[in-house]
Amino acid sequence: MSGVLNPVVLRLTLRATMGRKRALIFAIAPVILIGVSALLRLTANSPVWPPEFLGVFGYTVVLPLTALIIGTSVLGAEIDDGSIVHLLATPVRRLSVVLSKFTAAVILTIAFGAVPEYLAGAVATGPASKLAIGLFAGALAASVVYNALFVLLSVVTSRAIAAGLLYLLVWEGLLGNLVGGVRLLSVDQYALGISNSVAHNASLHAHLTLATAVAMGVVVTCVALALAARRLSSFSLKGDAV
Amino acid sequence: MTTIELQGVSRWYGNVVAVNDISMTIGPGVTGLLGPNGAGKSTVLHMIAGFLEPSRGELTVGGAASWRNPEIFRTLGLVPERDSVYAFLTGMQFVVATAKLHELADPVAAARRAIETVEMADAQDRKISTYSKGMRQRIKIAAALVHDPEVILLDEPFNGMDPRQRLQMMDLLDRQGQEGRVILFSSHILEEVERLSGTIQVIVGGRLAASGDFRAIRRLMTSRPHVFFVRSSDDRLLGSALIGRPAVSGVELTPRGLQVRASDYGTFTRELAGLTRDSGIRLRELLPADESLESVFAYLLAS
Repeated sequence: MSGVLNPVVLRLTLRATMGRKRALIFAIAPVILIGVSALLRLTANSPVWPPEFLGVFGYTVVLPLTALIIGTSVLGAEIDDGSIVHLLATPVRRLSVVLSKFTAAVILTIAFGAVPEYLAGAVATGPASKLAIGLFAGALAASVVYNALFVLLSVVTSRAIAAGLLYLLVWEGLLGNLVGGVRLLSVDQYALGISNSVAHNASLHAHLTLATAVAMGVVVTCVALALAARRLSSFSLKGDAV
Repeated sequence: MTTIELQGVSRWYGNVVAVNDISMTIGPGVTGLLGPNGAGKSTVLHMIAGFLEPSRGELTVGGAASWRNPEIFRTLGLVPERDSVYAFLTGMQFVVATAKLHELADPVAAARRAIETVEMADAQDRKISTYSKGMRQRIKIAAALVHDPEVILLDEPFNGMDPRQRLQMMDLLDRQGQEGRVILFSSHILEEVERLSGTIQVIVGGRLAASGDFRAIRRLMTSRPHVFFVRSSDDRLLGSALIGRPAVSGVELTPRGLQVRASDYGTFTRELAGLTRDSGIRLRELLPADESLESVFAYLLAS
């Protein structure tokens, strides 16, 4: 029986994702995040900007987009170019493939999304500040839940990036601000809820309690990964052109 | 003894039937799955490998259904048609990684053995991105062989190979077949597998059209009727001489020259030169009429 995580799949995925010269692209958003934070720290007098800027720009732009690019490519790129067949023509369990791919995505998203969020928070309000630590905690959670969602999308549709953008812009961005109930199924709200439970900062505009955010995050992650594994088990190659 | 069994297997997409009620048993040795493009060969191979669900029928490899059953890859190796492999790895790294995915006790030794079999040891430490088409094909076969499977499926393994690479590949497949493995490969060009011995399954239009010993099918191929256009110094004289030969079944004078229907391809082409020389006719042009693969396979279907 293979374990839950497959180290070979994990290593290959990290190498393939980083090796595609995308690492430089991943680095752009975090650099902007930290750079602007440093700039605001030097010029702005208002005490409200750190939670506003890091909560809005960090949580609704940098983190989700980083997770979107990484999460849809760890498995999606191989499905697109067909190399996934080499991996699936082995007895490795499909759940194990999905979890290993997901883990690689989470590691990379933490490196290029969550750590920069912490660093920006540290620049803004100090490395041990409640805000910096709270933002980091929320960003860790977001890295996990977003990637579960985006890995699922990449198994379900070949237009995973478009579908992911649609979710981020329409569901989280538009409906999340208009309809209260939508927030219960919005990953950015889980992140804000978790981060506010540490930071206690009204300017983060968190709407969910810690318990709700964690519970919903766990449920969404597990369901998404289970569905992805199920879908991958039925992975089909195209037959002849008919 | 491991076999692949198909019992009334069909596969359709919406209203389009890709594979229609195919039953066959494939045992040890080399078996070629032949047919024109779009005939259903890949569909059959993908169903056997568990990468496509049969719409109807029973399909087993070594007694186990392959759909949604990754465990069959313990006895099955697949060489996919597409060339996409992890090109950033060296050949050795790729095969070792595959051996680890199979949880082999000694992945490095197994990889060395497989690479030795496909004669890629010299290039094993180069990145796959630097490999030629034939080398990529061989390293994919090494990866498929690494766990010493009883069944190996190869999708169009001769595609894009030059004649020398093709010969090497046929030798390799023959050797694997002689070791008692079930080797099933697909191809859309009959001529490119002329050196292989074994069994042939011909698929046309999603149906099993012919099956049997490779040599018998090849004889049918070379003795098939064939249409030629001939231009000579005296078409009418040549026509009257040709119609006297048993290998010729019809002659017609056309503006393009003489249209000759040969009932036996091999005999006709051997006899034509001597015949024109004896009659004192100068042969100016000999053109085989455009012959689609479909018509060749359709002939096999009728035989």
